[in-house]
Amino acid sequence: MSAVVDHVPGLTKLAPTATMPTMLRTIPEGSLRKHHRLDLLFRHATRCFAFLVLALLLGILASLLLGSLPSIRAFGFGFFVSAEWNPVTQQFGALVPIMGTLATSAIALMIGIPVSFGIALFLTELSPIWLRRPLGTAIELLAAIPSIIYGMWGLFVFAPVFSQHVQPLLTQTLGSIPLVGALFQGAPMGIGVLTAGIILAIMVIPFMASVMRDVFEIVPAVLKESAYALGSTTWEVVWNVVLPYTKVGVVGGVMLGLGRALGETMAVTFVIGNAHRLSLSIMEPGNSIASALANEFTEAVGDLYLSALIELGLVLFLITFVVLALSKLLLMRLSRFEGQKT
Amino acid sequence: MRIPHLLKLQFLAVSTVALGLAGNAGIAAEITGAGATFPYPIYAKWAEAYKAKTGNNLNYQSIGSGGGIRQIQNKTVDFGATDMPLKLDELDKSGLLQFPTVVGGDVPVVNVPGIKPGELKLTGAVLADIYLGKIKKWNAPDIANLNPGVRLPDQDITVVHRSDGSGTTFIWVNYLSKMSTEWKEKVGEGTSVNWPAGVGGKGNEGVASYVQRIAGAIGYVEYAYALQNKMAYAQVKNRDGNFVAPNIESFRAAAAGAQWDKAPGMYLILTDQAGKNSWPISGATFILVYKTPEKADRAKEVLKFFDWAYADGDKLATNLDYVPLPDSVVKMIQTTWKSQIKDAGGKPVWQ
Repeated sequence: MSAVVDHVPGLTKLAPTATMPTMLRTIPEGSLRKHHRLDLLFRHATRCFAFLVLALLLGILASLLLGSLPSIRAFGFGFFVSAEWNPVTQQFGALVPIMGTLATSAIALMIGIPVSFGIALFLTELSPIWLRRPLGTAIELLAAIPSIIYGMWGLFVFAPVFSQHVQPLLTQTLGSIPLVGALFQGAPMGIGVLTAGIILAIMVIPFMASVMRDVFEIVPAVLKESAYALGSTTWEVVWNVVLPYTKVGVVGGVMLGLGRALGETMAVTFVIGNAHRLSLSIMEPGNSIASALANEFTEAVGDLYLSALIELGLVLFLITFVVLALSKLLLMRLSRFEGQKT
Repeated sequence: MRIPHLLKLQFLAVSTVALGLAGNAGIAAEITGAGATFPYPIYAKWAEAYKAKTGNNLNYQSIGSGGGIRQIQNKTVDFGATDMPLKLDELDKSGLLQFPTVVGGDVPVVNVPGIKPGELKLTGAVLADIYLGKIKKWNAPDIANLNPGVRLPDQDITVVHRSDGSGTTFIWVNYLSKMSTEWKEKVGEGTSVNWPAGVGGKGNEGVASYVQRIAGAIGYVEYAYALQNKMAYAQVKNRDGNFVAPNIESFRAAAAGAQWDKAPGMYLILTDQAGKNSWPISGATFILVYKTPEKADRAKEVLKFFDWAYADGDKLATNLDYVPLPDSVVKMIQTTWKSQIKDAGGKPVWQ
């Protein structure tokens, strides 16, 4: 320590006089060691917390696997391709809930991504300053509404309006197009895969929009102003400057929304119709993994039934994992092409 | 004035005796149970009244019949509760005894434009065909023949069922299985089944809201729920050939006509019971206890609770629209307690 002090001009004069207390002198060796120890403790503690997550994840995976063993043994790979779900004969297949989960999440994203993109864009680029704060807060408040409220609103308010005014219209217009038309057939009940998808979209929009807004805000003004100075339109600035700069954050926001859509339980249960039947039409009732679990777990009598439900949980786990992995892959591909294109 | 006073005296006498008993035991007992959701309101009410009277606590968790059966098999609770009775061989396998507590049942509720509550008449066979998806319109000949003089609309039928496993569903599909061989072969019975048609609502309230919202819908809800929400019900033809409406008398008639003594392991579902006024879609809810309990004193506390409930709990049950068991059935149950539940030394727990 004294070596350091010696090399600092101005301090050298003060150092030899032991009676004069200096800032540097007041840190004794013991205290330093203590600091070092505390630092070590802190580092290990944080590492411990981080690994705790990993341990939890592995623990959950292991217990899901263990719980679903009887079902895996009984049905094998057929579990994924069979649409049969019969608690009476103890025949279980996950095709209907898997399709339902994927379909509702896809609908939610198809509606949710453009809308949240628009919201975030308006808030950061186009909105008058005085409107930004109230609008932004309103979106964050939407994210705080419990999902059961969305479900009840969907069932009691949205579904009746949807069945009376929107569904007949969809069947008449889109329903008559060949191929695509098959998606929009069926009695207008207001309940079904499409309704669940729309409710999910409303639920994920606040998440995606607020993440997108936050990342759009960090784009340096210099970049945008340069683009504007070159004569770009607002759209060109957004598409060529803001989006490339923030793509990681935007994909992250979409993934956050997708994660919520895949795992959403209560709201979907209310409006999806809960029928274990495979149907091409998105107007017909279906089922999702989370909703099937919420409905059937409490009264699942028999080991195989319970095990099949746990395997459903495992499947949802795997779907989420695959989706996350794909998004990381997407980001890696995007960054590889960075700078190659003008 | 006289009668309440007398009751009060009786109450005092009973509670003094009970307190004395509790005093002998040293501390107030706490018994735990878990299972069916259907009887939860009445068990909770009974527990409250019982605690006020004896100081003994009953902790009942309504986690569902399936959970109740698992919990009692794992011996984590003193008694399990289930809406779907276990068959004798299942009971024997785990060394369990079951007995009914209260009677409830299902009511078909409809939303047919132009039809008044209680106006529509249906039979079990027609209900089964509707739920199989074979009868698709409200003006189908099968329904029209049962309802001469009623103008039925040319409206699609939307079938509504429970999406969650439930004792209510069990009673419903048990009835349909009894009335239609096709239902029995294709679908069968259980707390949840593979529904051939329709949409599923979560809980009684889910089914009710679907039925009220979708024109042309038919669903089934628990009797108490239908009554409290004044839902448009349909009359159903019973075994004796009469069309009956769901009310406390018709449920009582179904419970009275049942031959519990001839049912092995008290496996008896009160659907399609004989009797002029019997409501055909009734069912009891059951309690599961061990025949040779590890803790005989706790088992005794459980039996004491239900003994009290049978004796003094009828009014509370009726207030909540449950149907109490007839006295003859209660007597039979208590005889079974005496003869079948024994402690490790072979001494009867209940005397």
